[in-house]
Amino acid sequence: MTEMDVNLIVNGERCRARVEPRKTLADLLREDLGLTGTHLGCEHGVCGSCTVLLDGLAVRSCLMFGVQADGSEVTSVEGLAGDPESLSLVQRAFQETHGLQCGFCTPGFVISVTAFLEDVPDPTDEQIRDGLSGNLCRCTGYQGIVHAVRLAARLRREERAETSG
Amino acid sequence: MKAAAFDYHVPESVDAAVALLAELGDEAKVLAGGQSLVPVMAMRLGRPEHIVDVNRIEALAGATRSNGTLRVGALTRHRALETDVLIRDSVPLLARAAPHIGHFQIRNRGTVGGSLAHADSAAELPAVAVALDAEIEVRSTRGSRRIRAADFFVSIFMTALEPDELVTAVHLPVWGRGCGFAVAEFARRHGDFALAGAACGVQVDGGRIVRAAVGLIGMGSVPVRARLAEQTLTGADAHEVDLASIGRDAVAALDPPSDTHGSAAYRRHLGAQMTARALGRALAEAQGQERNPGQSQAQAEAGGTA
Repeated sequence: MTEMDVNLIVNGERCRARVEPRKTLADLLREDLGLTGTHLGCEHGVCGSCTVLLDGLAVRSCLMFGVQADGSEVTSVEGLAGDPESLSLVQRAFQETHGLQCGFCTPGFVISVTAFLEDVPDPTDEQIRDGLSGNLCRCTGYQGIVHAVRLAARLRREERAETSG
Repeated sequence: MKAAAFDYHVPESVDAAVALLAELGDEAKVLAGGQSLVPVMAMRLGRPEHIVDVNRIEALAGATRSNGTLRVGALTRHRALETDVLIRDSVPLLARAAPHIGHFQIRNRGTVGGSLAHADSAAELPAVAVALDAEIEVRSTRGSRRIRAADFFVSIFMTALEPDELVTAVHLPVWGRGCGFAVAEFARRHGDFALAGAACGVQVDGGRIVRAAVGLIGMGSVPVRARLAEQTLTGADAHEVDLASIGRDAVAALDPPSDTHGSAAYRRHLGAQMTARALGRALAEAQGQERNPGQSQAQAEAGGTA
């Protein structure tokens, strides 16, 4: 099968891959670019582990072919934190509130929550649960994750208030 | 869970896309948002030889309004149904249906044309299209035609689309003043396909219902329009509607599927409840709007969250 060139920006860096059209964006990120932070749970759009930002919007990277991302900007979980000492505020919130146990689903949750808070900066608990419904976690029972989103929303508002004040 | 190999085509115009469909026929599948097609391919339930990706055809996205009709381009994402002010104000039922479609990550990719062409009777947009008497605009190299929603949905996952035809837009009527719209669904988990649901619109004038639209979700092999319920509602006093009875009548003659998620009788029960619930909300909104015609619910909601 003919392979095709894909040029895209991943986590701020220009990247190129040569892939079969049937290869999903998730597999392109993991296998061709070595970015294994994006996890694959179900590979058919149910679990949300593979969620990435595509041109700023959260999408399931298992429901897109890599060739479709040509010319796009992708942010995977690796792009959220520069290094282990400087986690993003959503990641910090997950860490502080025990928003994870085994951690398999966490990259998807962290990306989804990052996008969710852009849309809904001051969410109610109902909005939080609605916003989390596209990601599955088999360990936590979600309580810690809900706490993490609450904390992240607060941290985010405080940070914005500081920078604007 | 990997799709079988296929040839990938990325036309940049509708003309180029329909030329490809004419050439490739049955062997080609149109890829829009991919939120249904890609899982089907991953599970090898479908293995098209050719994929015609329409995501680069900018002319297919976006909405315009003229002469009391809203035209929503096929590539308009579900997210835009919630965020686009023109769509929200012109056909509020689309905006009310959108939050029920999958999850926000799905709505960022999923498209209006894709949902209609996929024709899942448990999905929201086919029911909205049927309820509002929408017309689906399709193109091929043979020309363009419009298909009434009632004729478009033929059977489960089957439409009146020919293999060489591409859905280019859906045309929906813009209702006048004193309107209310609501969607109610029952699903096991939020974002799952509904076991049963209803998409409703009513228009009230001088305390009387002058127009009613009731589309049922998940109640048969195609989205169902509850014409009997609409007839009972039309002309009735908006304050004296027996919602429970209309809900029961709406589903009485239907034969929804029975499976592990619920029996046909249970689905009928849910369908009646969801119809009553959606109608109740739509009526409340219509009556409120009749009192305060300046403010639509969409505007009120936008004001509340701004």
